[in-house]
Amino acid sequence: MQNYFSLFQLPQQFAIDLKQLETSYRGIQSASHPDRFVSAAPAERLQSMQLATTANEAYATLKTPARRACYLLSLHDINALNESNTAMSMDFLMQQMEWREALDDAKQAKNINQLEALAKLLQSEAKSLQAELTDQLDEKKDLSAATDITRKLIFIDKVITDIHQAIEQIE
Amino acid sequence: MALLQIAEPGMSAAPHQHRLAAGIDLGTTNSLVATVRSSMSTVLQDDYGHALLPSVVRYTPDGKVIVGHEAQAMQSTDPVNTIASVKRFMGRSLNDITDKAHIPYRFIDGNLDNAGASKRVLQLQTRAGLKTPVEISAEILKSLKHRAEKSLGGELVGAVITVPAYFDDAQRQATKDAARLAGLNVLRLLNEPTAAAVAYGLDNKSEGTFVIYDLGGGTFDVSILRLSKGVFEVLATNGDSALGGDDFDHRIYCWVLDKVREASEHFAPLSEEDTRLLLTKARQAKEWLTDNHEAQIACKLSNGTLVDVTLTAPQLVEITQHLVTKTLSPTRKAMHDANLSIENIDGVVLVGGATRMPHIRHAVEDYFKQEPLTNLDPDKVVALGAAIQANILAGNKNDDDLLLLDVTPLSLGLETMGGLVEKIIPRNSTLPIARAQEFTTYKDGQTAMSIHVVQGERELVTDCRSLARFDLRGIPPMVAGAARIRVTFTVDADGLLSVTAREQSTGIEAHIEVKPSYGLSEDEITHMLKASFGSAEIDKKARMLTEARVNAGAIINSVNAALAVDSNLISQSEQHNIEVKIQLLTSLIQADDADAINKAVDTLNHATEAFAAARMNASVSRALSGKNLEDIKL
Repeated sequence: MQNYFSLFQLPQQFAIDLKQLETSYRGIQSASHPDRFVSAAPAERLQSMQLATTANEAYATLKTPARRACYLLSLHDINALNESNTAMSMDFLMQQMEWREALDDAKQAKNINQLEALAKLLQSEAKSLQAELTDQLDEKKDLSAATDITRKLIFIDKVITDIHQAIEQIE
Repeated sequence: MALLQIAEPGMSAAPHQHRLAAGIDLGTTNSLVATVRSSMSTVLQDDYGHALLPSVVRYTPDGKVIVGHEAQAMQSTDPVNTIASVKRFMGRSLNDITDKAHIPYRFIDGNLDNAGASKRVLQLQTRAGLKTPVEISAEILKSLKHRAEKSLGGELVGAVITVPAYFDDAQRQATKDAARLAGLNVLRLLNEPTAAAVAYGLDNKSEGTFVIYDLGGGTFDVSILRLSKGVFEVLATNGDSALGGDDFDHRIYCWVLDKVREASEHFAPLSEEDTRLLLTKARQAKEWLTDNHEAQIACKLSNGTLVDVTLTAPQLVEITQHLVTKTLSPTRKAMHDANLSIENIDGVVLVGGATRMPHIRHAVEDYFKQEPLTNLDPDKVVALGAAIQANILAGNKNDDDLLLLDVTPLSLGLETMGGLVEKIIPRNSTLPIARAQEFTTYKDGQTAMSIHVVQGERELVTDCRSLARFDLRGIPPMVAGAARIRVTFTVDADGLLSVTAREQSTGIEAHIEVKPSYGLSEDEITHMLKASFGSAEIDKKARMLTEARVNAGAIINSVNAALAVDSNLISQSEQHNIEVKIQLLTSLIQADDADAINKAVDTLNHATEAFAAARMNASVSRALSGKNLEDIKL
């Protein structure tokens, strides 16, 4: 049984070489995309459609850090999105509320600069969580700690998306 | 008995002849057709050497239909029967058209009543009767098809037609319907900026990340692509399907009207002829101001009023700057979706006639902090790129090894309780794609579920475009929230969406291939086709037999070609099995039974499944530099 990592010939770990991911992805699409099989027999067109679809999903999953972490955990039968899985620390819950409030305030005030500053702050927060994930997943192999961090990362990604949506609405 | 032909060893049985295919840029203002000849993409001209065909259709008093320059010349004299910019009305209802008062056509809110849904296809009242935008566009396509076939000396196997990247499914379906009416086989609808990138990238042998800023006559698109070793990956696309050069004309027109009203107190409402005349003058002034400092707008209206005003370049900037600013918001969204900042951009390519305006160039330069690239004709680049893709999709050899990875322009989702949208496939997902999500019942004992498929970015169903509805019935009665309904969205490389809903415990399923509500029904198309071909009845049975034979011949050829190269990938007994099935099919081709042929095709397809998988594995392994992939099914 293959997984997304072996499909792209990458080691099964959080820290991956994004350049190699991209090169492998393009290689697989070059060989499998339906546009390459327009005059092929139906059995080959079906193969092509299936592999190209899988490669797209695999690429989208591994490209994004939070999704990559979720996927790695799922290979260990852990569903990071499952609410009952772990409780978030009190600190992080307080932090969450602060960010949400900051987002709402800036949204009310239609202050794009403030929204962009908040997005920047959260992005640097996400960066340090990713460094922690490399440590927990690849070095210490502490899956429970990794699950916690992954959930934080998913939360931050969600707020960043909401910030950009708010900016779109103001414009 | 005729002698049977035998091919040279290692050669495919069918001689690889060049199949005629065209790329068509069906524009708001102008349309073009291009083709690949001796590996060069070229725009085809009409008998007078014109490359651009004005997208104007006139219904004449003697019952003829005229397209292009001749029709354009009659715009001011016969505005009601001379339709320009019809692309703006494709896949739209009357409610979608906001500036009706300033468009000199007689709109009818047509009510094509199917399945009780509110399908209100807009129609235009002309002397030739009620015309839908689809029928009017079909006239433009017919004219281009005729030009291509005359110049290439043969029938086209198909065409790639470009559409704005930000066209929704209703607008895309309307475009496909127009092509069918024109007798064109659509190989693919290709996004305009993507087509431009293909032509630009191949022409300049470019590598890197490029922004395509495409401001056409009626639509604005922005796309970000990564070009690398012949693979063109669309990273993000965005736009505004109701913003274009026409809006600049319209601003000038309003400005002129204000000036005239200031000068004379009793100013009567404009006739349709005057509206068209002033819009034409406005367009000419806009074009003149690209290279000049001021433009004079002078004409005599039908009520005798003399118009004589001067518009300067700074004034043009002042009255249209908000339109330029409006293009920057989709640009920022695309940059965010692609997760890029302006330092990552290697070049900005301008496409569309409206990008000739200096203040647009300045705005783009200001935003991206680099001078935009303009070394190819912004009018032709889209058609040239479409022709290259058409050549590939027609099955001609692909010398450049070009591959396009395109995306869904708008999010796809379904309606949940409270009229909210749950997005299943987010915008800018690379095609082909499949995504599934589980839903559950709302009431105890609920045995059916209504699936409403929508497209758009907003949270409320009412703010999105409705694509299709279908019901899943036969859910076993359970308490609310206990049932597990898995809904799968699939979009293939052609952008065609299909949706499947499946109840997990019983396995009952419902499925739909989405054809948006605004498209024409099969009956309507048949009716229009009949009308356009006169009384010539098409024998359905004969057509089915011909299709079955052609299809069978193509499959035999491709399987034989595959065996010639890769028969070492399967066992001798597998190969023998396939060859037996080929013989069976070959023997049936000459008979007159379409069903038997189709059955034998299915049998052959089934027999080649393992072979196809082995070939795909081998080809991917080659692509990933020789390593082995045992099983690609994940």
